[in-house]
Amino acid sequence: MMMYKINVDRLPELYAKMAESRALYLPIEKNDQVEFHPWNADACVRLDKLNTAKSAKDLFFPQTENLMKFKMQGKNISIEENRDPVEPFVLFGVRACDVRSFDVLDKVFLADPVDTFYQSRRENGVVISMACHEPEETCFCHAFGIDAADPAGDISCWMVEGTLYWKPLTEKGQALTETVSALMEQAGDQDQAKVEESQKALHAVMEKLPLYDLDLTGFDGDHLLEKFNSEKWAKLSEACLGCGSCTFVCPTCQCYDIRDYDNGHGVQRYRCWDSCMYSDFTMMAHGTPRKTQLEKFRQRFMHKLVYFPSNNDGMYSCVGCGRCLTKCPISMNIVKVIKALGGENHA
Amino acid sequence: MRETMEALIPTIGVVTDVRVDTPDVKTFRVNSLDGGIPFDHMPGQCAMLSIPGVGEAMFSITSSPTNKEYKEFSIKKCGCLTDWLHQMEVGQQITIRGPYGHAFPVDTEFVGKDLLFIAGGIGLAPLHSVINYCRHYRDRYGSIDIVYGSRSKDDLVDYQEILNEWCTEEGINVYLTIDRPQEGWDGHVGFVPNYVKELNFDVNKTAVICGPPIMIKFTLAGLQELGFEKTQVYTTMELRMKCGIGKCGRCNIGDKYVCKDGPVFRCDQLDELPNEY
Amino acid sequence: MTELIKAKVSELLANQTADRVLGWKKGEFFYDETPAVFQAEELDDLVYDGFSAPNLSKYLIKESKKEGKVIALLKPCDTYSFNQLIMEHRINRDNVYVVGVPCRGNLDINKIREKGIKGIQSIKEQGDELIIETIYGTKTLPREEVILDRCLCCKGSQHMVADEVIESGEPAWEAKADRFEMVTKLENMTSDERFAFWRGELSKCIRCNACRNVCPACSCLQCVFDDPASKVQAKSNADDFEENMFHIIRAFHVAGRCTDCGECSRVCPQGIPLHLLNRKFIKDIDTFYGEYQAGADIEAKGPLTEFNKDDVEPSIVKERGGK
Repeated sequence: MMMYKINVDRLPELYAKMAESRALYLPIEKNDQVEFHPWNADACVRLDKLNTAKSAKDLFFPQTENLMKFKMQGKNISIEENRDPVEPFVLFGVRACDVRSFDVLDKVFLADPVDTFYQSRRENGVVISMACHEPEETCFCHAFGIDAADPAGDISCWMVEGTLYWKPLTEKGQALTETVSALMEQAGDQDQAKVEESQKALHAVMEKLPLYDLDLTGFDGDHLLEKFNSEKWAKLSEACLGCGSCTFVCPTCQCYDIRDYDNGHGVQRYRCWDSCMYSDFTMMAHGTPRKTQLEKFRQRFMHKLVYFPSNNDGMYSCVGCGRCLTKCPISMNIVKVIKALGGENHA
Repeated sequence: MRETMEALIPTIGVVTDVRVDTPDVKTFRVNSLDGGIPFDHMPGQCAMLSIPGVGEAMFSITSSPTNKEYKEFSIKKCGCLTDWLHQMEVGQQITIRGPYGHAFPVDTEFVGKDLLFIAGGIGLAPLHSVINYCRHYRDRYGSIDIVYGSRSKDDLVDYQEILNEWCTEEGINVYLTIDRPQEGWDGHVGFVPNYVKELNFDVNKTAVICGPPIMIKFTLAGLQELGFEKTQVYTTMELRMKCGIGKCGRCNIGDKYVCKDGPVFRCDQLDELPNEY
Repeated sequence: MTELIKAKVSELLANQTADRVLGWKKGEFFYDETPAVFQAEELDDLVYDGFSAPNLSKYLIKESKKEGKVIALLKPCDTYSFNQLIMEHRINRDNVYVVGVPCRGNLDINKIREKGIKGIQSIKEQGDELIIETIYGTKTLPREEVILDRCLCCKGSQHMVADEVIESGEPAWEAKADRFEMVTKLENMTSDERFAFWRGELSKCIRCNACRNVCPACSCLQCVFDDPASKVQAKSNADDFEENMFHIIRAFHVAGRCTDCGECSRVCPQGIPLHLLNRKFIKDIDTFYGEYQAGADIEAKGPLTEFNKDDVEPSIVKERGGK
């Protein structure tokens, strides 16, 4: 498909045009924190920010969402579906790692039986990705075969010398492009060359990142029990606080809880993010099979690095965004786990 | 018919009978609002029952699939939701969704085999369904042996049905045991795993074990001592569940989700899973 | 400093004063240190520098219940939490050998990043400067510009408890700011302004519980918010009310016991200045019951657990303009 370009100064026009017909989510700074927020003319857009604090998964899998409502009358129950309405929206400025995370979530939510709540958001959302610029030492997307210079999505964008290059990749992306193409110019061969040059430059930077060659050898279904039974989990999990910060900032963590809330007029059943790090995650009336933080901690990493790929043709449930590296209160994270159990430490 | 295909949305069921089995186990008969059954199932499968505002949980379907009149659930009182369920009277509506999980291979591997069912306490619940299924299609299977044990005589679930129907049927051998001697009990006394070893079953049988984790562990060991291979032994697993469809992540163990890949496992399959159940 | 500490703890392990050390373990990137328990042969990975921010006191609840004696490396401000936990009978003092370590104020990796520093390859503390090698070149920063907020209001370089203190010989770090400055500013706002401030901050909460789980004053065996029987158990903020109340209730619960260690704000992945809630309580306690620093003195009576005839009456709420 054709590539387009637009000068950075004219981006607000582009935003305004897209926002005419649907909600537009962008990395926006609010209270010193950059997250995907709905755009308005006063918003402080931060396309330069490498990663939002939370991932973009909220847009497809919100932290809480209504499932259904029950009315209880005597012995009778009635069910009213009251799912939150989903309108078409655009998600602009998603990095390559986060775009991959949607593929990971798809494997879970779109597998039979389909989760229609997630599905309708996926269908209604157009993902516009943005190639990275100045990646961080915490980035390790390359380990998962992700190219930060060539992000997937419905439309890919590159920011080069004050110009935004825009390339639709899917029919959905093409359809959106047609609604805004009047604002943009068609890009020529020279532009193509500029984008390729910026990609090359980024690749050169990526190669210098300390985690570029993070070695995942040994993390697969064939070594499931060996990894599970490693003695190293005890030390790795020793300081874990059992909080959910890694889980909640993670773009691929998708475990959820289903809970009821009785508001006096009825019972609202909703689902919310849950964390395998929490004490009650597997708690049953007669106890839990994961008694200490070691088992809970191990589950999170085994799931991402061994169980998930074993079930999904080798696809890891980690995209190397590095959020858990910067957010863990005690700086224990998936990279430290990989280095302790994989690569050259893999027996 | 359901208007939505969303698996998390249940249908309404109504309790049409409540039977007191033991001091802490009741069996609930559930029908759909039109008097029929909410869905068809196979033995070993489960369903999510819920009282909105109290909670939702996974329970074994105790009745046989051959019973087209109602579904039954034998439920032990052991937590918040089950406490509430035990207070239910006939006419109470609940929500129900399912069936979930893999059933026992009653139409494949079990066919033509001599079957040995071993249950402890409320562990009879999932086996009740498969036993009655096999009784219904009696010609398809060889001999049927049932070993069932509980803490006491009063804790034997479905005791009347066992005495009146199972014990009296030709070709079925029932072996009951209780943990400690009790007045009015002249049957066997002792733990299930030991009893199984004493009974010295022929190793050509296909065995199904269900009960508390510790009982499963020792019974399996006992069967192996008798010469059984793990490939001949099936069990069902219980972990915390929320969605029932392999997405919420709670019942994940190794690369399996108990709700969708289980709850029935052959014991050799368990060897490939982390020991975390 | 790291070498000095290693030498000291090696000596203490060798003479069997203790059998293990609770300290900070080297990370991947010079700033990502993890609390860890070291045996004598594992001391290579022990590190102590500006990034040794985690307050280790809370780990001693579990660690001091084990057999043997553990050396705990505590910074001056960590010793307040340690004392408070002793007062609450959470730590078995007999099983801990406290080695006080000097502190020059912790460094804030987020502030370093806010300075536009990316792709960090190494960080060196050289006097009052930080030399940071990045894949985009070398950067130099004055240390003082990237000090963790809590350290700007340092409680002082004295250890409130220690079996032994390691001296650095360097000038002590001193408070640069008045710790109640922001609280006063908030008090002077109109209630609408104040509400807007807190909504702005608390709306960022993702309810990850990092603040609670790291907090040395939050040592309940089961938190009310995790207990299904409490009827207020929750894993997510379903609405604004829950976003606010979780933190306000927590602040009430630790009032009079919070030592102002600042871990809550340090670990918040969403950058919520949670310590301000606690400081408001501390400021009010100081006003109503006389100056009190939790954890400074284990013999002291807790302001909220001790009754005096001249304690303020509930009418104080009205007198201060409350409704």
